[in-house]
Amino acid sequence: MQTTESRPVRFALTALTLAFLGVFLVVPLAAVFWEALSKGWDLYAAALVEYEAWQAIKLTLIAAAIAVPLNLVFGVAAAWAIARFDFRGKSLLTTLIDLPFSVSPVVAGLMYVLLFGVNSAIGGWLAAHDIQIIFAVPGIVLATVFVTFPFVARELIPLMQAQGQEEEQAALVLGASGWQTFWRVTLPNVKWGLLYGVILTNARAMGEFGAVSVVSGHIRGETNTIPLHVEILYNEYNFVGAFACASILALLALVTLAVKTYVEWRIERQHTASLIRTQQAREALA
Amino acid sequence: MSIEIRNIEKRFGNFTALDKVSLTVESGELLALLGPSGCGKTTLLRIIAGLEQPDAGQVLFEGRDATHQHVAERQVGFVFQHYALFRHMTVFDNVAFGLTVRPRKVRPEAAEIRERVMQLLKMVQLDWLADAYPAQLSGGQRQRIALARSLAVEPRVLLLDEPFGALDAKVRKDLRRWLRKLHDDMHITSVFVTHDQEEALEVSDRVVVMDHGHIEQVGRPDDIYEQPATPFVTRFLGDVNLFHGRVEDGRFTHGDFAHALDDRAGAGTDTAVAYVRPHDLDLARARDGALACGTVEHIHAVGPLVRVEVVPAGGDAIEVVLGKERFRELALVPGEQVYVTARKLAVFSGDYAI
Repeated sequence: MQTTESRPVRFALTALTLAFLGVFLVVPLAAVFWEALSKGWDLYAAALVEYEAWQAIKLTLIAAAIAVPLNLVFGVAAAWAIARFDFRGKSLLTTLIDLPFSVSPVVAGLMYVLLFGVNSAIGGWLAAHDIQIIFAVPGIVLATVFVTFPFVARELIPLMQAQGQEEEQAALVLGASGWQTFWRVTLPNVKWGLLYGVILTNARAMGEFGAVSVVSGHIRGETNTIPLHVEILYNEYNFVGAFACASILALLALVTLAVKTYVEWRIERQHTASLIRTQQAREALA
Repeated sequence: MSIEIRNIEKRFGNFTALDKVSLTVESGELLALLGPSGCGKTTLLRIIAGLEQPDAGQVLFEGRDATHQHVAERQVGFVFQHYALFRHMTVFDNVAFGLTVRPRKVRPEAAEIRERVMQLLKMVQLDWLADAYPAQLSGGQRQRIALARSLAVEPRVLLLDEPFGALDAKVRKDLRRWLRKLHDDMHITSVFVTHDQEEALEVSDRVVVMDHGHIEQVGRPDDIYEQPATPFVTRFLGDVNLFHGRVEDGRFTHGDFAHALDDRAGAGTDTAVAYVRPHDLDLARARDGALACGTVEHIHAVGPLVRVEVVPAGGDAIEVVLGKERFRELALVPGEQVYVTARKLAVFSGDYAI
């Protein structure tokens, strides 16, 4: 009995997938680099080392560097609580974690403006104490944390629920402390989901536009992240500058993917080596 | 090390998993907790391990209260039904885990750990798999690794939760003999949970039969099998035929038939049920001492035993198991009328043995 599709069907499916990927992914990505380099390497490099562009890159990295670890810790804690314990309001918590997905990023930004802006009670108090959140770096970080906060938890919850807690219990029975169990059993078991969650968080943190745009105030060289800077340059018909900065975002994304692939390949190789050694041992025994 | 369980109670919501259970496990014995699913046997095992907290009652190890001792401090070995091997670690690292998580002061040196792990792997005859990951092993191999891992920390008690439940029949039989032998060599106090009565009777020193959160009977395997204390135990330990009747003047009467009971018979009761195992029944063509009569409906002659189904008029089928010899001697034909006699029966009135 034939269990696979016929050749034409397989060919058509593969071609369709590749065509789709080409049109929607590869071509636009190539266009970004093409446009950025259209006036030569010198202009490309100049556009990147320019003060304002450099500040935007720095601010983007800072926002990601704060949002990613914060959401990593929060995501693991939330996933742990939801997958391992039963408590009142568990489903409410699960829904709340999804909130940033369902709220428009612009609305998210506006929430922070309303909360911390000068016209609010908190904003007034902050202004009196000379602390600025909105139209400053803290606001950008807050908005970034908000929009990226479901990713890690969303990746981990189903994974941890599916794996169950027998391995953790086995570790405890063997005398491991809670801390040892977490580092040596729980974390290694979810590391792929966690890594994937972190990559998504990072990608979104660096690429976020809407929420950050509202709280940023667009002060050049101060509160512009890369996406905001790209927009400004584009509106000013500075296409090389805009696409050069966009290519940095694309490159950051490609680097994260490369790191993930490398780590996966390393683990795969370890397993293959073990498989071969086991096979040899089995043959030696026989 | 001995374990004493005193009046343990455990509820999950409205469900009572354990209802004032008390039990003593003698030092060095291999004890089976036997019962249908939901009877509380696994909960009891997990309470002994410290993986579950009882709502009331005490657990004592060697006479000392361990009820509130943390799992990690109880020094128990626990073998999970689905092995619970650490999937990202090699077999070697799995077995070494309990030693490597010890505080530095009491942790053996790397060379010593290596030696002890390899020794354990040799004991379970899987030292050649030290480098493999759990995913590469068969079910039986995983279970043996799980056992080696639990023994690495030199536990005071070994607890096994349905240790062979997920294995196929052949492997299960081999492994349980192997476990018995291992226990005889090591003499570590062991408790294992099973729903398979054959497994419990074959492997253990003593069997605890449980149902609905309480203990029905505790005893040596043949005592339990020969003298079941309750109708539940009788039914749970194997196939059984039921005869409804009454006890009068030292006799059990069932319809027109009567069976003389020995000196145990007390006062007469209104209703009683006699439980008779298929192999404790015999067939005859004479009415003397019979318990029932009926027609031979089916004859299944497979292996050394012959199963004969006798259907009385207006009653449930009676299953009789005969030896090949006896079967040949009787020369039974389907459809003929026969009398059923019992060599041995257990009579209960309500839940009480008579």
